[in-house]
Amino acid sequence: MRISNSAIEPDRLRQLLTGDAAGACVAFEGWIRNENEGQEVLRLEYEIYEPLAVKEGEKIIGEARAKYPILQADCVHREGLLEIGECAVWVGVTSAHRDEAFAACRFIIDEVKVRLPIWKKEYYVNGDSGWVNCERCAMHAQPERKVAGDSNVRKQRVVS
Amino acid sequence: MNKNITVRYFAGFREHAGVGEEAVSLSAATAGDVYELLKHRHGSQEPLGHCKVAINDEMADWNTPINDGDTVLLFPPVAGG
Repeated sequence: MRISNSAIEPDRLRQLLTGDAAGACVAFEGWIRNENEGQEVLRLEYEIYEPLAVKEGEKIIGEARAKYPILQADCVHREGLLEIGECAVWVGVTSAHRDEAFAACRFIIDEVKVRLPIWKKEYYVNGDSGWVNCERCAMHAQPERKVAGDSNVRKQRVVS
Repeated sequence: MNKNITVRYFAGFREHAGVGEEAVSLSAATAGDVYELLKHRHGSQEPLGHCKVAINDEMADWNTPINDGDTVLLFPPVAGG
């Protein structure tokens, strides 16, 4: 688990996972998109408490290893200001067969989204900005948990 | 009895408090008490379950007891990825 303040390079990261016993490699890239909840997004800013984000991320990767027979797993998350189209998070997993690589990759990204001390501030075209909390992500990680209300995404408006 | 602790605020909590860290003296038995007693500082109306807490750089539960000299990290709802 690593936090990066420079561009994530998926090709380079994937190459670090190679191994003769690997028959499958599954990688996930989370990108910055230009819209959220009907608002046009200009850019995002990630704030991360790195000491605990790394510690918790390592724990999640360890849990994935215990849960699935995988060979290698890694995760990198960006911090700071990101523009539309940039890669915000990368997860890569290798295993002998594809099923466990898909499952472990999904497990890692879902847990990363709900457990790591990472916060996302959206800057909108209209000049507004807001911290985002994604309960939809929490539901993926804990499907038994139901979230009330129509909106899956709640924002804490920043009054400045 | 009051505990002398250091509190650290992150993201929206920090913006509301206007500081990233402060020393406080609180009549708090648990991490949850710290969150409740400092609502005027972090400004959050979120239920405890939506937020997270760490004590001395270890993830903790809201029921974790607070000791004199602890550093309590108050995390707003997280949104990685």
